[in-house]
Amino acid sequence: MPDAPLLTVEHLSMRFGGLVAVDDVSFAAADRAITAIIGPNGAGKTTVFNCLTGFYKPSIGCMRLDGARGSFLLERLDGFRVAQKAGVARTFQNIRLFAGMSVLENLVVAQHNRLMKASGYTVLGLFGLGTYRAEEQAAVERARYWLDRTGLTNAADDQAASLPYGAQRRLEIARAMCTEPVLLCLDEPAAGLNARESAELNELLLKIRDDEKIGILLIEHDMSVVMEISDYIVVLDYGRKIAEGVPSEIRRDANVIKAYLGEAEDEGPAARAGEARP
Amino acid sequence: MAYFSQQLINGLALGSIYGLIAIGYTMVYGIIGMINFAHGDIYMLGAFHSLILFLILGSLGVTWVPLAILLVLVFAMVLTAMYGWAVERVAYRPLRGSTRIAPLISAIGMSILLQNYVLLLQGARGKPLHGVVTGSIPLFEQGGFVVQIGYMQILIILVTIVLMAGFTWLITRTTLGRAQRACEQDRRMAALLGVNIDRTISMTFVIGASLAAVAGLMVTLYYGIIDFYIGFVAGIKAFTAAVLGGIGSLPGAMLGGMLIGLIEAFWSAYFTVEYKDVAAFSVLVLVLIFRPTGLLGKPDVEKV
Repeated sequence: MPDAPLLTVEHLSMRFGGLVAVDDVSFAAADRAITAIIGPNGAGKTTVFNCLTGFYKPSIGCMRLDGARGSFLLERLDGFRVAQKAGVARTFQNIRLFAGMSVLENLVVAQHNRLMKASGYTVLGLFGLGTYRAEEQAAVERARYWLDRTGLTNAADDQAASLPYGAQRRLEIARAMCTEPVLLCLDEPAAGLNARESAELNELLLKIRDDEKIGILLIEHDMSVVMEISDYIVVLDYGRKIAEGVPSEIRRDANVIKAYLGEAEDEGPAARAGEARP
Repeated sequence: MAYFSQQLINGLALGSIYGLIAIGYTMVYGIIGMINFAHGDIYMLGAFHSLILFLILGSLGVTWVPLAILLVLVFAMVLTAMYGWAVERVAYRPLRGSTRIAPLISAIGMSILLQNYVLLLQGARGKPLHGVVTGSIPLFEQGGFVVQIGYMQILIILVTIVLMAGFTWLITRTTLGRAQRACEQDRRMAALLGVNIDRTISMTFVIGASLAAVAGLMVTLYYGIIDFYIGFVAGIKAFTAAVLGGIGSLPGAMLGGMLIGLIEAFWSAYFTVEYKDVAAFSVLVLVLIFRPTGLLGKPDVEKV
């Protein structure tokens, strides 16, 4: 199923002073596939995400995205252009919703660029231009579609902050999807979810991959999620890539087992990684 | 009762002007968390733009007052907005991501710069503009005291209501307003959704400056005299209004402006004119002691 790489990361390094958070990591993520990045705490997974989404300028390295919107070197785009031009969306380990807005508004904000263009950068929108009305209607429709997909339809007018935790996680994914990305980066989407919720999450992510035909990059500690839905896994440890392959290979990889079991025996991920072994 | 009503009218007109300026403070604070101390001087520029435009229109022979006011309103808003944009671009944007205090100092510098810029170009003497909008409507009479509302006061209150309504619509209903609220809550997240942060912040300054320009126009017409220094006290008063209403809150800015206007009017009427500023600022002190978030402000939740 995985075909031409959507994202190609080459020799990515990120240094903070003397600390090397990511050290010469190269990997590729295919279009229409779920690529998981796993590794013990502090392995540099989130740093990779931060480089991809323009939070950090990588010290060295090249990140190329060949998506439906064209070909981009992500390290050359700053801030909002990563989302606007290249079409990379992300969610956060600690949820970052617009807490003071309604659920629906959170999803409409995500369609900012399309609406901004349609409203002639607000100026023309002031005169109630027909195209803007239509586009706004379409934005709400799209938001409703994602509310439906994530099971939040009934909460549309609630304040985002008032949602239960699991629903906030789903809303974050819905919001990212409303930007119509070509690559969706999810930072620990299953953290804090119970077994039933993470099963639902698995289903949602698989559906997104298959229906929306986009690439998903996933950081996750929950091995029941990773092993079940990933098409490909990249393992980081201390900022370096120690393994990559399909889930069945990763399960048997001696380096991975050592990294997990050798480093942090008492920690959740380690225990769960152990369980996941055949 | 008659005297009271008259002061109420005066206070509302004055409060409207403070409210219009206070919006600029509160919006900028909401979105980038800094106090734009140059905002009072932007308002002063708005007043000067209005004055100059009136003189230009006069020399062009535009003497029909409603048309002249409308033209001045539009052009003063545009010109002043350009200054607002430029101030942000030159003095604040390069300091974004620096310490919190840096743009604050830069703002004070910008304030001094703008004052001296106008001082050099226009001189220090007060510039009069009389008799554009005169006359009043007597409302009622009681004990020989006639309560009246000036046409200028009606204009101020009407323009303020219309602008506030339009502005509330802009913030709550339009794409730009949504982007502004998103930036207010989480700037980096907004950027990740493709919102152009720099442009959104620029637009905030542009909107704030154009509202300040309206206030400048109104003051020019209302008091009939302006000088390069009017921005300072008006700016501090409007800032007080914003804090009183709860800085960051838009209805709060309007409410705070009205309250400061009313306090000033009533204090001047029933006590002494000389101490009206003391009264206004005492309120600020009391609010900061007993309700630091202002009347309509939400308590600041520490971001994790």
